[in-house]
Amino acid sequence: MIHFVLLISRQGKVRLTKWYSPYSQKERTKVIRELSGVILARGPKLCNFVEWRGFKVVYKRYASLYFCMCIDQDDNELEILEIIHHYVEILDRYFGSVCELDLIFNFHKAYYILDELLIAGELQEPSKKTVARLIAAQDSLVETAKEQASSISNIIAQATK
Amino acid sequence: MNPFSSGTRLRDMIRAIRACKTAAEERAVVRKECAAIRAAINENDQDYRHRNLAKLMFIQMLGYPTHFGQMECLKLIASAGFPEKRIGYLGLMLLLDERQEVLMLVTNSLKQDLNHSNQYIVGLALCALGNICSAEMARDLAPEVERLLQFRDPNIRKKAALCSIRIIKKVPDLAENFINPAASLLKEKHHGVLITGVQLCTDLCKVSSEALEYFRKKCTDGLVKTLRDIANSPYAPEYDIAGITDPFLHIRLLKLLRILGQGDADASDCMNDILAQVATKTESNKNAGNAILYECVETIMSIEDNGGLRVLAINILGRFLSNRDNNIRYVALNMLMKAMMVDAQAVQRHRATILECVKDSDASIQKRALELVYLLVNENNVKPLTKELIEYLEVSDQEFKGDLTAKICSLVEKFSPEKIWYIDQMLKVLSEAGNFVKDEVWHALIVVISNATDLHGYTVRALYRALQTSTEQETLVRVAVWCIGEYGDMLVNNVGMLDIEDPITVTESDAVDAIEVAIKRHSSDLTTKAMALIALLKLSSRFPSCSERIRDIIVQNKGNLVLELQQRSIEFNCILQKHQNIRSALVERMPVLDEATFSGRRAGSLPSAVSTSSTGAPRNLPNGIAKPAAAPIADLLDLSSDDVPAPSSSGGDFLQDLLGVDLSPASAPSGTSQPPKAGTDVLLDLLSLGTLPPAQSSSSTSDILSSSQDNKAPLANLNGLTSLSSLSPNATSPASAASMMDLLDGFGPSPQKHEENGPAFPSLVAYESSSLRMTFNFSKQPGNPQTTLIQATFTNLSPNVYNDFLFQAAVPKFLQLHLDPASSNTLPASGNGSISQNLKVTNSQHGKKSLVMRIRIAYKMNNKDVLEEGQISNFPRDL
Repeated sequence: MIHFVLLISRQGKVRLTKWYSPYSQKERTKVIRELSGVILARGPKLCNFVEWRGFKVVYKRYASLYFCMCIDQDDNELEILEIIHHYVEILDRYFGSVCELDLIFNFHKAYYILDELLIAGELQEPSKKTVARLIAAQDSLVETAKEQASSISNIIAQATK
Repeated sequence: MNPFSSGTRLRDMIRAIRACKTAAEERAVVRKECAAIRAAINENDQDYRHRNLAKLMFIQMLGYPTHFGQMECLKLIASAGFPEKRIGYLGLMLLLDERQEVLMLVTNSLKQDLNHSNQYIVGLALCALGNICSAEMARDLAPEVERLLQFRDPNIRKKAALCSIRIIKKVPDLAENFINPAASLLKEKHHGVLITGVQLCTDLCKVSSEALEYFRKKCTDGLVKTLRDIANSPYAPEYDIAGITDPFLHIRLLKLLRILGQGDADASDCMNDILAQVATKTESNKNAGNAILYECVETIMSIEDNGGLRVLAINILGRFLSNRDNNIRYVALNMLMKAMMVDAQAVQRHRATILECVKDSDASIQKRALELVYLLVNENNVKPLTKELIEYLEVSDQEFKGDLTAKICSLVEKFSPEKIWYIDQMLKVLSEAGNFVKDEVWHALIVVISNATDLHGYTVRALYRALQTSTEQETLVRVAVWCIGEYGDMLVNNVGMLDIEDPITVTESDAVDAIEVAIKRHSSDLTTKAMALIALLKLSSRFPSCSERIRDIIVQNKGNLVLELQQRSIEFNCILQKHQNIRSALVERMPVLDEATFSGRRAGSLPSAVSTSSTGAPRNLPNGIAKPAAAPIADLLDLSSDDVPAPSSSGGDFLQDLLGVDLSPASAPSGTSQPPKAGTDVLLDLLSLGTLPPAQSSSSTSDILSSSQDNKAPLANLNGLTSLSSLSPNATSPASAASMMDLLDGFGPSPQKHEENGPAFPSLVAYESSSLRMTFNFSKQPGNPQTTLIQATFTNLSPNVYNDFLFQAAVPKFLQLHLDPASSNTLPASGNGSISQNLKVTNSQHGKKSLVMRIRIAYKMNNKDVLEEGQISNFPRDL
């Protein structure tokens, strides 16, 4: 099971955190500080796994961002690398060649996509297309709701003129 | 935009935060935003609630407190529209976790949303529930989730399946409700549902043996077929990764098959063919393929034996190990650890490659490889492997030296074929990485040296040589100083020269020089300097020609700012000046340290016991050194006066110790007169020699005395003593025999007591469940056959800690029960500790009826109350 997902920039800034096991706010800060120290310091040719407090952290760097997932000792590290890549590809397709700024300003969208990919620390969907379709459907639901709201507020605004 | 809103947009806030140049600036911006959001919350502003929550999520990600926004999430979730609910659920998952009370308030909204007509809203609710639900919520909402496993839309079914995993992990009792629906998910065609269904079955098997049996019987064939279909499926663009159709599904199927095949020959047989196919046909040039192979190898290793498949698996690992990709090598090492249990011989073949991996530049690989090497070492290969490791110690990174040193020391200790080799290797480690060597390790080395009587000369010369080349390794200096102090005469006179040694000429003043260097070196710490002072005192008697010079050095330290050193110097100076007549007796060579006692204490996982007087055991020694005076001397020269300056061993009591030379050990066991410190020490040491089993070494003196009434304890101990002395059977067997004698002498009355007590009662596993074991140890009070003392010991068999542990017992009327308070109310997980509690049962019908007892044990596991009950009627008769 994946215990948490972290996105950390090369400067050590947190871009996304998702916790599937309970960690208090204090512990979260500590975990992030500890792990970014370890992972950012590792050279480019080393393996993508770090052993940490009896868990394993699988990380992969894409441009300026490190995608990290913490798993149990007996989980398949290589598969987690595939899951990370899977997520990145979906993000890329959604944003259209994604960059760090996309994730900073649309962090909630990155979370929505992650929620279509993982629940309870387990993978829920192996098809990128399905994830994209589900996200698009929900986005359009939000859009229609917004349009409705604005049209109603227009009506009210006109009525109160 | 609403012109009356003063708030900034989310985008603007993020920009403002990113524009901050210092942390203080950022804090100021965040503080301002938080103030605005709090104001909006107070006004119950509805229009911007979702925007405020989005901002809070961003702020939370930066690590600022955001608890005041938690209620806003609930409000958004309770509103009708999808956009509000979407952001509300996201906020719920980010700002709250299962431990917050607020979470309970959301249960009702979740229940409504799980029954919502809009499937996307159902999806949001399932996602939130799956990510953060608590045990209470799991109980309340399980029926809804169970129903949704049959929902028409597959995207809801897959979410419900993962949500069920969370539920059964939180409340394992609910597992049986999910077995049937989970099994029907395995027949699905939709990959998302299939993958989550397989995962759900895997987790069900972990929490319920009933589920495991069910799936093993009903689903093994179906799963094998699914795996075959997917492995042979033609190109499917939607699921294809590097030419393989859905590796995720592959891996999950293999994992479930592993659980089903483990310990069941039929099921294992059924999956042999497909495993062979996956292991041979999967492309290994891409990560996805390797991930499948890795999983497949693990499954082959875990299911019931099939020789051919195992060869295949080991070969795959061999290929992995020689791969250039570090990731692949890492997982190969990881898997070889598991393969060690199955086929150690096959793993040994890769020893050379594994040893290379210890020297890799990657810390993760180094660590894995070192652990594997540690498992690989046996009596046959310990010499070459240790040689390699020690050679590598010279060039390894500073960060890695600690781990490496600990492992080498442990290996050398465990497998050393002979003492001289052990001493040689330890000296090498001390010279290379002495600063990383733990205290108990060099303490153990000194014990071994002291026991190897024929190697004293060799050791002290080797140490002297090592000291000339490396003076910066603290523990090397300590061991050397101790040995020179003890065996200085052998150093100078080349006593006990071995053939392999080069002769060296060391004069008496050279030896004193070495100690002087150690005491004057400013990087030496207190322990080293204190040990050096003792060594000097000893040398002053061994080398009369140098005694003036030694006195000078000691006098120099009389003004030392560290109290401990100052005190020692003053006292030692006093001995040198005024007590010439007893000096030589005082500084005689240390009696041989008892290995069995020492290792027993180490095994007792009580580090403090190791460092307290582990040496002061007066005993009849073969060489006849043991005089009454030996005890205080041993105490005085105590190895352990290290970290804590212990004035008791050398301080004001010292003179009293000197005067109390006639305090013969024989008078000590009476336990009535306990003169200051030395007496108690002697008492403790004497007792610990025989009666103190390692596990009980924390108990107080009175406990020890009472435990000697337990018929079994001394016997068990004697066995322990002989078996523990594995390091040098020759040298220690007389010692342990001596201690046995001692024991019988010292406890003259106790065997008689045993007679009175009647027969011994074996200990009894009184209660055992899957999560807890309770053992009873019985003893009788002398002259009171009706009363039985029971020591109950509780051991936790689960991986969870138990809190608020409470043991209760009830007995029928002819018995009287008295319960003492328990040693603790917290029971560490996985048997890492235990709780003990004493009971006293008086049987008014002694001899007619035997004991019977009803028990109830209550505790909290993961904050959940657990109650276990039972009846014990298998007490030994005659209690």
